[in-house]
Amino acid sequence: MSATELRTPLKRARGLGSAKDGTHHFVVERLTALALVPLSLWAIYLALSLMHADYASARAIVHQPLNATLLSAFVIAMFWHMQLGLQVVIEDYVHLRWLEVAAQIGVKFACAVGALACVLAIARIALG
Amino acid sequence: MQPSARPLSPHLQIYRWPLSMGLSIVHRVTGVGLAVGSLLVAAVLLSLAAGPDAYATIHAFCASWFGTLLLFGWSWALCYHMCNGIRHMVWDIGWGFEMQRVVLTGWIVIVVSLLLTALVWGCMLARGAMA
Repeated sequence: MSATELRTPLKRARGLGSAKDGTHHFVVERLTALALVPLSLWAIYLALSLMHADYASARAIVHQPLNATLLSAFVIAMFWHMQLGLQVVIEDYVHLRWLEVAAQIGVKFACAVGALACVLAIARIALG
Repeated sequence: MQPSARPLSPHLQIYRWPLSMGLSIVHRVTGVGLAVGSLLVAAVLLSLAAGPDAYATIHAFCASWFGTLLLFGWSWALCYHMCNGIRHMVWDIGWGFEMQRVVLTGWIVIVVSLLLTALVWGCMLARGAMA
């Protein structure tokens, strides 16, 4: 800070973002992780059932309202947690600024599209 | 050259890997691997919605030796990432930072992740071959 700088530190900090969301990433990463513990165990169980089912019975399994609901919750939590995790990996290893920004945007878009595609597929099966 | 008696600074090539360091790296690697595995989850659901032919293609891939190998790897990666994730959450509430406990919970994670994977594939085999 130069000697002629008359603005207070508060004035310079204003407009640069809230200081209250510093733990947001940390909290959401843990929250999605917490949700994924039971959901993943259940998804493994469901996958085992699907492995031994033919097409019609596999569809019937996902068609059940409880399965469709939990499966939607699973894929949303999964892609959300995945975005948060990959974000940290990119922050840590990609040091070329334009590439980092491009990768972060790409991962966010891909995870959003992945989650939407999965939920819509489940909805088509559940309502079809 | 006379080896120096001075302490060496930690470096990947000369540092004896503590357990927690390896586990931490594996946690990240399995996380990235599971991100790739999420594509399979999406492929299964989308093909199931698309129709019998698409589903048969995905199912055939899963039943192939390469697909089964990937599934096996991903199932262990999921079990490991989940167990070690729980270990992280236990740390988050402030328990288990003593070195002894860090090592103990680390070994528990390794053993439980392997047991869980064995349980999953045991169930898989017990119910017979894939349809």
